Amino acid sequence: MIRIEHLVKSFGPLEVLKDISTEVGTGEVVAIIGPSGSGKSTLLRCINLLEVPTAGHIFVGGVDITSPKCDILKVRQNVGMVFQHFNLFPHKTVMGNLTYAPMKVRGLSKADAGKIALDLLEKVGLSEKAEQYPSRLSGGQKQRVAIARALAMEPDVMLFDEPTSALDPEMVKEVLEVMKALVKTGITMCIVTHEMGFAREVADRVLFLDGGYLVEDAPPDVFFTSPKSDRAQQFLEKVL
Amino acid sequence: MKLDFGQIMPSLPFILNGIVVTLRFTVLSALLGFTLGTLLSLLKISSVKPLRWFAEFYTSIFRGTPLILQLALVYFATPQLIGYRISPIEAGVFTFSLNSAAYSSETIRAGIMAVDKGQREASLSLGVAYRPMMLDIILPQAFKNILPALVNESIALLKDSALVSTIGVLDLMRRAQVVAGQTFLYFEPLIVVGVIYYVMVMGLTQAANVLERRMRRSD
Repeated sequence: MIRIEHLVKSFGPLEVLKDISTEVGTGEVVAIIGPSGSGKSTLLRCINLLEVPTAGHIFVGGVDITSPKCDILKVRQNVGMVFQHFNLFPHKTVMGNLTYAPMKVRGLSKADAGKIALDLLEKVGLSEKAEQYPSRLSGGQKQRVAIARALAMEPDVMLFDEPTSALDPEMVKEVLEVMKALVKTGITMCIVTHEMGFAREVADRVLFLDGGYLVEDAPPDVFFTSPKSDRAQQFLEKVL
Repeated sequence: MKLDFGQIMPSLPFILNGIVVTLRFTVLSALLGFTLGTLLSLLKISSVKPLRWFAEFYTSIFRGTPLILQLALVYFATPQLIGYRISPIEAGVFTFSLNSAAYSSETIRAGIMAVDKGQREASLSLGVAYRPMMLDIILPQAFKNILPALVNESIALLKDSALVSTIGVLDLMRRAQVVAGQTFLYFEPLIVVGVIYYVMVMGLTQAANVLERRMRRSD
C-alpha cells in the first residue's frame, strides 16, 4: 500500500529524515515510535505530502506521490489523517465537519454524506453530538470526531500523528478504543505514538526512528523484548 | 447666538435623501474594497514573489498619498487620459474601493495568518483544493477574528465618503452645503448632517455587535 524509497527530508540545513526505506502492506498496522525530534511526525507527514520530501520516492497505492505529475489532492482523498491537536473546523458543527469534504471533494449529496457521517458518529459513540460545535466537546470527543471526519472520506490508509498526546489521561482510553475497533476493519494504519502498550497490542510492525534514521523495523514482540540496537534498548528502558 | 432650524425645515427632505446616496456609496465601496482587499491579501501571502511585490507596492501607493488627491486624480484625470467622462459617483466608488482594498488587505492578511495552521493541514489532508479551503475554512475564521477591525474600516469609509462632495456627488455633506448656500445658514444644516452621520455610525457599530455575537455562537 505504501512504499518508501530512500526518503530524505531537510528543513534548510537540518536533515530530519535520512535515507528511509520501508514498506507498509495493505491492512497492515505500523506503529512509528522514537524519541522526540527523531523525525516520526515528519515521516508521517511526508506520506500525504504535508511535507514535501527533499529526495527519494513514496508510492501510495502504486502511485509515486513525489512525482510532479501526481495529482496530490487525489492521493490525499485516499489517505486520512488524524492530528495531535484534532484540527476540527471550529465554525462548523460536528456534522458539518464530517460532511464538508465528502460533499466538496467527493461530490456526494448532502443526504449521502449525512448518512455516512451518522453511521461513523455511531461507531465512535457520538451520535448525540451531531449538531454540537467542536468547542462544546471534550478533548477525547474531539479526537473521536476527527477520526470520524477522516474516515468519512472512506480512505484506504489512515495516518495518526500522536493522536492521544494532547489528551487528558482519562480521555486517552476512549480514543484508543476507537482506534482498536478501526484496526479490526482491516484498514491500513500508520500510527505515531508514545503509547507503548497500545503499539505492542495492535501493531503488526514497529518502526523505531532515532536522529532521522530508521533504526529498527521489527514485529512488536521482537522489538519490545529483544531490540537489536543500543539506542532502542536505551529508549525502551526509559519509557517502559 | 441665533439658531434658526425652522428656516431649513423645508430643505430637510432634500438633506435626508442624501442618506441614501451616502449609504449606497459606502456599502458599494466597502463591498468592492473588501473583495479586492481579500484578493490582495492572498497575493501578500502568496509564495510567488512578484505577486507579493505587486501587492505591497499597491498598498504603499494608496496608503502613502492623500485620499482626496486620489479622488481628484481619478475624477479629473480619467477623461484626459482615456477620454472616458467618468461620473462623480463612479469616480468616488472606484477610488474608495481601491483605497479601502489597500487598507483592508493588511487587516485581512493578519486575520488569515492568525488562523491556526492546523486548519490548513486538516483541509489539505482531506483533499480539499486551495480555493474551497480558503473560501469555506480559512476566510470565514479569519473574518470572524477581524470583524471589529473591518467595522472600523467601514466606519472610516462612511465618514470619509463626505470627501466625494468635493467632486460634486450630492451626498449628505454636499447637500448640507447646498442648503447653506441657499439659506445663508451654515450651522444648522451642518449640525443636521453631523447628527445623521453620528446616528449612522452608531447604527453600524450596533449591527456589528449583533453580527459578532451571532458568529461567536460556535465558541
